[in-house]
Amino acid sequence: MVGNLLLRGMMIGVLAGLLAFCFAKTFGEPWVDYAIAFEEHPSHAAAGAAEEPEIVSRQTQAGFGLLTGLLVYGAAIGGLLALAFAFADGRLGRLSSRSVAAVIAALGYVAIVLVPQLKYPANPPAVGSADTIVARTELFFVMLAFSVALMIAAAMFGRRLSERFGGWNGATVAAGVYLAIMTVMFAALPNIEEIPASFSPGALWNFRVASIGVQTVLWASIGLGFGAVAEFSARHRSVPGKVVGAAASR
Amino acid sequence: MSNAAFATTAPATSRAEPIPVGTILPWAVFASLMLLLAVYFVGAEEGATSLIGGSYVHEFVHDGRHLLGFPCH
Repeated sequence: MVGNLLLRGMMIGVLAGLLAFCFAKTFGEPWVDYAIAFEEHPSHAAAGAAEEPEIVSRQTQAGFGLLTGLLVYGAAIGGLLALAFAFADGRLGRLSSRSVAAVIAALGYVAIVLVPQLKYPANPPAVGSADTIVARTELFFVMLAFSVALMIAAAMFGRRLSERFGGWNGATVAAGVYLAIMTVMFAALPNIEEIPASFSPGALWNFRVASIGVQTVLWASIGLGFGAVAEFSARHRSVPGKVVGAAASR
Repeated sequence: MSNAAFATTAPATSRAEPIPVGTILPWAVFASLMLLLAVYFVGAEEGATSLIGGSYVHEFVHDGRHLLGFPCH
């Protein structure tokens, strides 16, 4: 059963990665190209490191490399969502499987994408100093891990509360707790401001919107796609006569 | 048996029977590790940390890393 869900989740994730690729290719790549042109412009290149040898061509990076990255990431997120779904399905009040999948994807999106990205937003090439990559990566993953752990704790707390005080009340209090603690976390962690003075703010904004767009396409596709698939999953196809076979095969 | 089958012929909004946690756990532990490793390779390998050396992985998934919002370089 769990293996089956996992497989379905990963397959949906690959499809979602494909959609995210179409979005990224269309709306994201122009701004990556813009940033690379900025980076390589003589007046900026002087400030940065020496010209790096091209190990992978731009064409590959923007094509097969981007596709691979998004498919692998999509499969991973799809698989993780399927595991979370396995824990949550049938345990979130009276929510149907499809709603459970959507709720988990929404919470995952908030905890993994939205909140960490608000503090440490995506940067195109040319933004961010090479000297601080270690610190920036650490801060990013600290934020990410903390946000995910807190979301899981808040979700379990909310589920407890819901049993006593009702679904809306439980969810509202749990969401408030998550947001309050994340607000403190935002204030506590240092800001990163390494945008070159001459980098177009409009281009940076557009890149970041495209980046959030890629993630939104991916997560929405996984949440809704996996929900649809889960609903069709064997234990819901409980047609009389087929139930015995389906149950026995598991 | 047929009674049981009819009982589970549920409307579309039925909630599922929870899968026992003990059944999920081994899958969850192993698969999470594998999937997080996959995310690591897309998101962080050969950036701040490097397991296999060189910079091919970094350069190959470069655009995806930027557009997914991971710190890249």
